[in-house]
Parts: sequence; C-alpha cells; structure tokens
Amino acid sequence: MTSKRSPSRSGYLVFLVPGLVLSTAVILVPLAMTIATSFTRWQGVGAPTWIGLDNYARLLHDPSFWASFRHIALLIISMAVIPTLIGLVLATVLFDIVAVAFGSRTASLFRSGFYLPQILPVAIAGVVWGWILHPSYGALNSLLEAIGLSALRHNWLGDPDLALNSVMAVMVWVQVGYPVVMFMAGLQRVDPELYEAAEVDGATWWQRFRTITIYLLRPEIYVVLVTTTIAALKIFGQIFVLTRGGPGNATLVPSYFAYKNFFEKASVGYGSAISTVLTAIILALTYAFLRVQARGELTERR
Amino acid sequence: MAAGRASQRTRRGPGRHAILVGLSILLLLSLAPFLVVAMNAVKTPADYAAHGPIALPRSLHLSAVLEFWSRVDFTRKLWNSLVISLSVAALGVALSVMNAYAIGIGRVRGRVWFLFFFLAANLLPQEALVYPLYYLSKQLHLYNTLTVVIIIFTVIQAAFGTYLLSSVYDHFPRDLLDAAAVDGAGRWRMLVQIVVPVSWPTLTVLFAFFFIWTWNEFFLPLVFLISNDKQTVPVALGVLQGDRFMDATMTSASALIGILPAVLFFFLFQRTLIRGITAGAVK
Repeated sequence: MTSKRSPSRSGYLVFLVPGLVLSTAVILVPLAMTIATSFTRWQGVGAPTWIGLDNYARLLHDPSFWASFRHIALLIISMAVIPTLIGLVLATVLFDIVAVAFGSRTASLFRSGFYLPQILPVAIAGVVWGWILHPSYGALNSLLEAIGLSALRHNWLGDPDLALNSVMAVMVWVQVGYPVVMFMAGLQRVDPELYEAAEVDGATWWQRFRTITIYLLRPEIYVVLVTTTIAALKIFGQIFVLTRGGPGNATLVPSYFAYKNFFEKASVGYGSAISTVLTAIILALTYAFLRVQARGELTERR
Repeated sequence: MAAGRASQRTRRGPGRHAILVGLSILLLLSLAPFLVVAMNAVKTPADYAAHGPIALPRSLHLSAVLEFWSRVDFTRKLWNSLVISLSVAALGVALSVMNAYAIGIGRVRGRVWFLFFFLAANLLPQEALVYPLYYLSKQLHLYNTLTVVIIIFTVIQAAFGTYLLSSVYDHFPRDLLDAAAVDGAGRWRMLVQIVVPVSWPTLTVLFAFFFIWTWNEFFLPLVFLISNDKQTVPVALGVLQGDRFMDATMTSASALIGILPAVLFFFLFQRTLIRGITAGAVK
C-alpha cells in the first residue's frame, strides 16, 4: 500500500464536516437524549424527574417487556433462520439444476418472482395480508371453504394463539427473496470443476450441497443472517398494520412497545428505557459482526 | 462446462421437470397475494358479495380504485412520497460521496472509528431517536413538514452510503488522482471531475436504493407527518386499515394502489437493485 501522496491527510477533513454536523444533530444528540430520558419519569411536557434506574427495574418485572422479546426470538426464526434455509435450497436448485437444464433466463425469472415481495413497502405488505387473513371476507378462509376444508378456517390475526404464527408466516413470505438473490450471486464464485470432481467421486446432490455449497457460501450466509436478524429486532410496520401488537399482547414487539409508551401512554421515560435496551442489543450485534468480518478478511488475504 | 454442474439424472430424465413444476408451485404461492389483490380490486362490491374473493371478476370495474383514489386524495400522497424519496436519494448520495471521499480516498485519521460510527448510525433502531427528534422538531417548528423527514432520512441513508462507498473508494485507482494532482487540480476539482464520474455506476445503485428504502419507510413518517396533506403512500394506507369506509373491495383496491408504484420501481431498477444487493453486502 502506498501512503506517499503529496496533499496532506488533514486537508480532506473538511469534506467530513457536513456529514458529521448533520449526524450529530440527527443521531448523536437524540440518542444521548433518549439514554438520559431513560433515567427519568417524563410525560413529554414540563421537566423530567430523575428516578435513576427505576425504569430498568420496572422493565425486569414487566411481563409485556419479556413477552415482546420472546416474540422477537420467534420472529428471528421466521425472518432470518427459515428464509436462509429455504433460500439455500432454492438458490442451489435454481443455479445447479434449472439454469443448466432450462437456461439462466428461466432461473433469473424465478429469482425475480421470489424477490418481488421484498420490494413492497412493509406497510403495504401488511395491508395485503391483513385483507387476505381477514376472518369474514378474507381470501384464505374463502379458499379453505371452497376446497371443503371449512374446519380449518380461523381468525388468523384475531386469535391470540394463532396471531404470532400468522405474522411469522407472512414474514417468511416477505423475506425469502433476499437470501435467494444473495446466494445465487455467491454461487457464481463456485468452480464447476469442484462439483465435477465430487460427482466423479460418487457424491450425491445432497452431499455436494451439504459439503461444498454451504461451505462456499459461508460469507453470504453470515451477512444474510446478521442483516435479517437486525431487521427482525427492529420490526414495526408489519406489526402496526397487521395486529397493533394484539390481540392482547400476543404479537407485541419491542419497537411497538416503545411507540405505545411514547405516543399513547405518554410514558416517555419508560419508552426511552425500552429503546435503550434495544439499541444496546443491536450495537453489540453490529460490533460482533464487524469483528468477525475483519477477522475473516485477514485470513482471506493471507 | 455447464453440463458438469448437474448430475445425469437431473439434467436429462423426468426429474428436472418435476423440479420445475415444484418451483412453479412455490413461485405461484409467492405471487398469489399480488394476483388475489389485483383480481378483487377490479370487482364491484356486488360481484364480490355474490361470488367471494377467490372467484375471477365477472367484469372489469375500476370504481373501487377510483373511489379510494379520490377519497384519500392519492395524487397528493404520491407527490409527497415522490418529493421525499427523490430529495433524500439525491442529498443522501451527495453526502455519502463527501464523507466517503474523506474516509476512503483522504484516509483521514480515525477512519475506522468514523466507519463504525456511520454503520452504527444506520443500524440504530429509529425508536432510539424518535422522541427527541419529535420534541426538537416541534421546538423548531419543523414538525409535520416534509423538510424534517427529508433531513432525517438523508442522514440515515447517507450513513449506510458512507459505509459502502468508503470501501469502494479504498480501491480507487490512485494513478488517476496522481495525474490530476500533477495537473494542479485541487481536492474539489478531483472530486467533481474524477472521483464522481469514475464511481458513477456505484452512485446510481446507491440512488436507486435510497429512493426505494425511503419510499418504503413507515415508522418515522407515521410519527412526523400527521396531517392528511403531508402523509406518504405507506402511511396513508397503513393508518386507514380498519376504517369505517374500508369494505372488502375498497381494501383490496387500496392494497393494489400501494403495490403498483413498488412494482413499477422494481421493473425500473431491477438490474440495478440485484447488482447492488450482491455488490453491496459482500465485497
């Protein structure tokens, strides 16, 4: 690496000034204010009262708070884990079989089709599914009735035992396209000779998938899992449109829980404590992500 | 060489057709919600009441779509979304370029920390910022204006853009810069005449992403744009669900109206997006 350049480094700092000023105003200051507010009782007007760690102590004993994180754990499965597994199989089949037997145009047509739900605004996806799952006029219940399975009709989003499962199914539908696109791109790196060699050795398709494909796609799998996990932790729009956290607390998630405290209950201090916990989790994940990625790059360069 | 990838069995025999059929069923499942929505948005309420949601429409009626359109003043919402998304995309790219120029090409001191800061800024949950921003924007009389939403999203999107573009500028061809420096070009001229034109393809990818991401945003516009004439498309549709005038055909009409712009962008930007997804996340 050549670090010999005539203009001095400090001269470039001026280009960072607008970015830093704006980030300070829009991100650093509000974040600091939220953390500070989390140690107070405040209704959004008047002066906040300092109460130390009371909000956090209250969180530990609040069943809603724990429920919201339990739901997030399940949503991570439906937004990160399941789409990654389905995406691996779909991408490999499209790349390995469809592209070879029917041409790469066919394969990319499928890819676009699976990706389409990803481009919908989250709120619109919520509108679409809220209508399909509607208990009285929704398409799903009508379909079940039409094919003689009336017994399976349910109030998909209104039944507390079912609501979270319904939301999880919707999220699988939304998310699956992203890993498909990522993994198909990653497979371009695969050396066909490696597959041929495995085939000559008598490896079955499944064996090759397990040992070669998954091994080679590790960087993509890693990126997909991390980004979708962070997206799951932040989920708001779909919940707002589909269930508003209900029925009861059946689909409550941390971001909606914070929103309710900020704007419906005027418990700004408590809402800030929830947001601060969520922020800490996401930042810790980001930090771990960067550490692992940096280590991976080092070993690659060697 | 392609032949080596598939085993004899899957390449020739009936197996490949079975796989194609299976994939087509999955594809249909993935697209079914779009089809069902489109089908019901063009029905009359009477047709819907008589035959239900899964029957094909007897005739093509745009009355539900048109009525929904005029009732929510959809032209206005489209305009708001367009103004916000285009402004954020343009300003966000400009800000990303400036930041990344300093970090990736200028290699300012502490660049690793700046990078971590910008990445974290983009990944922060918006709940952690929303109340102070809400409070401050009221103090500054910016609450319920498109301006405040544009400023906030410009910063959030540029944070990601900076992270991505810095790693692209890390590998910027030094000869080009050195040659320009010999010609006596200052840093501004180098940025405008060399760095921006050379990295133009990456900048268009960023622009497309910023535009679509901003168009799709829900949480902050929901909080900041409260009056009807300021709402964006997703906010208007999201808050109307369960409203009294929203019957079955009207709801599917509203869903269709929300889907159409997104599908339009998808076809406009498809190549750019897929190129970007794959280039952006994994270097």
